[in-house]
Amino acid sequence: MKKMIAFGLIIVSLVSASHLTAAEKETLQIQGSTTVGPVGEAFAQYFKRAYSGLEVTVQKTGSSDGAAALIDSRCDIAMMSRFMKPDKEFKLAVEKGVMPVAHVVAMDGVCVVVHPSNPVKELTSEQVREIYMGKITNWKELGGTDSAIVAISRDTSSGTYETFHELIMEKQEMAAGVEYVSSNPQAHARVSTTTGAIGYVGIGFLDSKVKALKIDGIMPTKETITNGTYPVARPLFLFTNGYPKLGSMKHRFCTFYLTEAGQEIIEASGFVPLTNY
Amino acid sequence: MSNGRLDNIIEPAADKNESLVLTPLQDLKGYLFYHVGRLILFLITCTSVLAVLLIFIFVIREALPFVKGASIVQFLTGTIWHPQSEPGEFGALSLVVGSLYVTVVALVIAVPVGVVSAVFLSDIVSFRIRNIVKPVIELLAAIPSVAYGFFAIKVLSPWLMSTFGFPTGVNALNAGLVLSVMALPTIISVSEDSLSAIGRELREASYGLGATRYETLFKVIIPAAHSGIIAAVILGMMRAIGETMVVWMASGNATQIPSPWWDLSQSVGTITATIAGDMAETPKGSTHFHSLFMLGVLLLVFTFCLNMTSEFFLARAKKKIGKMA
Repeated sequence: MKKMIAFGLIIVSLVSASHLTAAEKETLQIQGSTTVGPVGEAFAQYFKRAYSGLEVTVQKTGSSDGAAALIDSRCDIAMMSRFMKPDKEFKLAVEKGVMPVAHVVAMDGVCVVVHPSNPVKELTSEQVREIYMGKITNWKELGGTDSAIVAISRDTSSGTYETFHELIMEKQEMAAGVEYVSSNPQAHARVSTTTGAIGYVGIGFLDSKVKALKIDGIMPTKETITNGTYPVARPLFLFTNGYPKLGSMKHRFCTFYLTEAGQEIIEASGFVPLTNY
Repeated sequence: MSNGRLDNIIEPAADKNESLVLTPLQDLKGYLFYHVGRLILFLITCTSVLAVLLIFIFVIREALPFVKGASIVQFLTGTIWHPQSEPGEFGALSLVVGSLYVTVVALVIAVPVGVVSAVFLSDIVSFRIRNIVKPVIELLAAIPSVAYGFFAIKVLSPWLMSTFGFPTGVNALNAGLVLSVMALPTIISVSEDSLSAIGRELREASYGLGATRYETLFKVIIPAAHSGIIAAVILGMMRAIGETMVVWMASGNATQIPSPWWDLSQSVGTITATIAGDMAETPKGSTHFHSLFMLGVLLLVFTFCLNMTSEFFLARAKKKIGKMA
């Protein structure tokens, strides 16, 4: 019996020792926005490959849940597609001793696109809103040909929709006749094959098969999106409790967007990086 | 020679001087093997039943919070589907109607074509050609639905726009057309089986009474096989109403009831496509999330009723054939 206890003790000490030697073994809990989710997941993939022993979990449960999780210390990093609400979330966080620090990792720009044959080159955000609300139904009202407008939107759960809904629609609901597609490539395919179509895609999906429109006189480019002149753009955040300890995994994760690999991931996810290598 | 061989076979059994009465151990062993074997087979069979039960329980459990939190009357009669707004509006009627639109379009095309093909294969064409054509038709069922979806977007949609001048190519008609092709193998296969199951006797008796081939087919064979044909149509209908990928890609997913009602060039949204499209990125636990499960319950109820009806007709078809034989 004694022998067994001794044996057990040895095993326990061995296990704890190995645990100690693997002190680098850290876990990162990341939670929040479905918009930032793809970036968070791609970053996590990269980190898992780069640092063996690091455990990263990414949960896409929405910005509000990300904020709640950070306030309750249920996660290390909260992904958010908007800033914390000052009167509710921020206040509650400070009351609970959590100091939210925002890291802007990328810009989300949404381009309004039409078929290349469409003569219309420019719309105001109000005109786009009225198209999607069903108030403008023919291109001739906008200086185009006499043809019906086919409005194409992303599915209502997507982050792209969220951005568009907030910045163009000003949170008003779309008309019932608006068509929904489930991804950026699908929106692109629909607009490129339908002469009367109008749609919106992330800037990473622009090419010669669709024509991006100037919104309020400004052409969507990486420059106009990053410098904030293009109206349908917003920053994407990571929130941490205080600025992460320098050199820690959390710090590396929150500053990964500054590296070349991070920039590539952000571009591949259809967002606009803040860096320009 | 043959006698000797027969002896050889019998010999070993005759050789054994074992008593025919089993020992208690053998008795117990046999009893155990019989019952344990049955139990194992029973459990294996149960897995699929269990899967169905678990699906029902899980979907209903996830839908319950929605039933408690939102108005079920609004869900069934409202046409505004804005699950994302605050507060969300959950009127699923336009989705139900959308599902019915594409299904009805599919059936209007697939039922006549399917039944006529089945009659042709079972009664008119030579057996050799039938044996080539039927597998080819059944191959249609093996094409993945996403491939149909691509066809709908890349080929059918531009064609509809350029030929009929529709403003949009993804609409109720497009989805219905593709679904009809997808429902064809089911309809043809099952109706052909039920037509073939009507024996030669009936056909020969009809010809013997001086009926023409046309009269035999339409007054004797098809009425005799009608239970099986109805079952085939319902199975095809289930294929159409449950299909997700194609309607997601080809129907346009607009949550509206077309007005005027016959205008098939308008986009519609279906139950299945809405669930599939929204589920991936809906925050877990939100009313929107639970509303999707409520849609799932609705769909389950639909397919369950259809399945019951088809079982009823298939059972009747079998009974009838049994009686005739």
